Amino acid sequence: MKKTKINSNNLLLLITIVLFVVMYAGGCVIYAAKGFTRLQTFLNILINNAGLICIASGMTCVMLTGGIDISVGSLVAMDCMIMAVGIEQWGWSSPVLMVFILAIGLVFGLVQGFCIAYLDIQPFIVTMAGMFFARGMTAVICKNQVSIVSDKIFTTLSSMKITLPFGGYVNKKGVMQMPYLRVTVIVALVVVVLIYLMLKYTKFGRSIYAIGGNQQSATLMGLNVKKTKLKAYILSSFLTSIGGICYCLNTMAGTTQQALGLEMDAISSAVIGGTLLTGGVGNVFGSLVGVLINGTISSLVKTNGKLISSWSNIITAILLCFFIVLQSVFAKIKDSKK
Amino acid sequence: MSSLKKLTQKRLFLPVFSMILVMLINVIYDAACGNAPFNFFMITIKNGVLYGRLIDILNRGTEAAILAIGMTLVVSSSAGTDISVGSVMSLYGGMCCMLLAGFGNVNVSSYAVPLIVGIGAGLLTACACGLFNGFLVAYMNIQPMVATLILWSAGRAIGLLLCNSQIVYVRVPSFQKIGGYVGFIPTPIIVAALCILVASLVLKFTALGTYIQSVGINKKASRIAGFNSAKIILLCYVICGLCAGLAGMVATSRIYSADTNNIGLNLELDAILAVALGGNSLGGGKFNLAGSLIGAYTIQAIDTTLLALGVSTAQSPVFKAIVVILIVVIQSEPAKEFFKKMSKRRAMAKGATQA
Repeated sequence: MKKTKINSNNLLLLITIVLFVVMYAGGCVIYAAKGFTRLQTFLNILINNAGLICIASGMTCVMLTGGIDISVGSLVAMDCMIMAVGIEQWGWSSPVLMVFILAIGLVFGLVQGFCIAYLDIQPFIVTMAGMFFARGMTAVICKNQVSIVSDKIFTTLSSMKITLPFGGYVNKKGVMQMPYLRVTVIVALVVVVLIYLMLKYTKFGRSIYAIGGNQQSATLMGLNVKKTKLKAYILSSFLTSIGGICYCLNTMAGTTQQALGLEMDAISSAVIGGTLLTGGVGNVFGSLVGVLINGTISSLVKTNGKLISSWSNIITAILLCFFIVLQSVFAKIKDSKK
Repeated sequence: MSSLKKLTQKRLFLPVFSMILVMLINVIYDAACGNAPFNFFMITIKNGVLYGRLIDILNRGTEAAILAIGMTLVVSSSAGTDISVGSVMSLYGGMCCMLLAGFGNVNVSSYAVPLIVGIGAGLLTACACGLFNGFLVAYMNIQPMVATLILWSAGRAIGLLLCNSQIVYVRVPSFQKIGGYVGFIPTPIIVAALCILVASLVLKFTALGTYIQSVGINKKASRIAGFNSAKIILLCYVICGLCAGLAGMVATSRIYSADTNNIGLNLELDAILAVALGGNSLGGGKFNLAGSLIGAYTIQAIDTTLLALGVSTAQSPVFKAIVVILIVVIQSEPAKEFFKKMSKRRAMAKGATQA
C-alpha cells in the first residue's frame, strides 16, 4: 500500500475532519439528554443537506478550475418551481419533469460555460446574470407558492424511508425506532463517489486540476482549456439540477424565495473542505465534510433551542475565516520553501 | 464613419449608450401608450416636492451609486469585488437603530442617545468591517471574494443578533430626514451628490487615484516604485466600508427602521454590475468613476422602466440578466475581434467593388 505523505493540502482536509469529529463529539456530550447521540440525528443532517451535497460537489469542480458559480441557489429555486408547477398545473408526470429539469441544467450550464470559456467573461459576472435570470424565471413561471401533492411517484419518493438494520432506540412509548435514510441521501452519496472517482481517475478530472493549478502550463501541455472549463460548468449546473430535485423532494414546494443564499452555503462548504478558490487544490470528499460541518452547526443551534438562528451563520463565518486564514498561511509557507 | 469609430472607442461610450437606450425605450413606450412622448423626462412639483421618473431614478439609485464609488476603488486596486457591502449596510442599520432605540426596544418615538452618536457608531462599524476585509485582502493575501464572503454571511447575522431578530422602528421625524426631503429636493439625491463630489475632489486633487491604479495594474512593481501597496488596498476597503455605511444610512432612514433581513439585499450585485457596466475591467487597474456612477443610475433606470412597463419586481431580474449578458458579451475580447473582422471584411468588399 502506498503511503500518502501529509502535505499542506491533505492537512487542511485532515483538520476539517478532526474539527467535524470534535464538534460532533462535543454536541453529543453537551446535548446527550436531548438525543444528539442518536444515529438518527446524524442521518437527519444528511437528509436535510442531501441537495446541498450534490450542489457542493459541482461547485468543487468549478472552483478547482479557478472559477465560481453563484447561480446555483436560484437554479434550485427554478427547478423546484418547475417541478411544482409542472406537476400541479401542467399535469406532467414527475419522471418526465425530472428529465426536463436535468436537460434545463445542461442547457443552463452550456450557456454559462460558453460565455466563460469561449468569450472570456469573468465567471462571477456570468453566473451572477444566471442567478438573476433563474430567480426571475421562477417568478415568471409562478408568483405564488405551489405545493406538490398530486403526483403519486413523487410523493412516494419523498416519503420513502430506507431503514437501517442497526442503531435503533426505544422511544417514550416503548416502540423500537429504527434509524432511516431518504432516497435523496443515496443519490447525494452516489454523486460524491462518482465525482471523486471522476476527479481522480479520468482525463477530464485531471485536466480540471491542471487548469486550476496553472492555466498557461496546462495550455502548453496541450490540454483543451476552453473545452474543459465548458464541461466543468455544464457539470456544475447538471449536478445543481440533481440537487434541486433532491431539495424539492425535501421541501415538496416551489416558491420564489426558496434556496436564498444556497450558493454561499455551497461555496463555504467547499472552502471549509479545503478547496482553494484560486483553483487546483481540493477534494470533493472535503466538500462533503464541509457540508456536514455546516449541518452540524445548525443542528447544534437548533438543539440548544434558545439561540437565535443567526448564530449558526455567525459560527459558520468564524469557521470560514479560520480556514481561509489557515489556507493563506499554508500558501505563505509553501512560497517561502521554494 | 471615422468619427463614429472614435465615439465608440471612448471609455464612457458604453455606459452612456446603454443609458440612452433605456431612455429611448421609455419614450417609445410612452408614445405607444398614448401618453405624452416625453413623459419620462417631465419633472413637476407635486405636494411641494419634485416629482417625475427622472427624480425617482436619481432618488432610488442613491444607494447603488454610493456603493459604486467604493466598489470602483476596490475593484481597481485589488482586482476583486467586495461582496459584503449589502450585509454591511444591514449591519449599519442594526447598529444605528439599536443604539437610537436603546437595546431591546423595538418601537420608539424618542432617541435613547443623540442621533449623531447612532449614525457615528454605525459608520464606525461599517469602517471596521472595511478594515477587516482590507486586512484579510492586503496583508493575508486572500482573494477578495473569499475574504468578503465571511462578512457577507456574518454581517447580516450580527445585525439580526443586535436587533434580536426583530425589526426596530425609530419613529422620530429627524431620523427620517435623510431618506425624506429637504425643501423640495429628496435628501438622498443631496447625499449622493455630496459623496460623489467629495470622491471626485479627492481623486482629482490628490494622487490617491493614480496610486490605486498603479497598485491595481501591478502590485509588485508599485511596491518597488515606493508605494505601500498593502496600505493602499487597505484604504480602498475602508473607503468601501464607509460607502456601505453611508448607503445603509440612506436605506435605513428611508424606512425609519432596521429591517436587517432586507436592507441592502443583493445590492452588492448591483454595485458590481454598475462597475462592470461603467466600462471598468473587473480585473483591476484603470478605473473610471463617472462610468460606474452612470452604470449605477442605468441599473436603476432599468428597474424603474421595468416597473413602469408593468413587470413585477420579482420578475424583473430576468430582463436585468439579459441586459447584463448582452453588455458583457459586447464588451468581451472575442466579440470585439469578431466585430473587427466583420468591419474589415466589409471594407475589403467595398475596396473590391471600387476597384
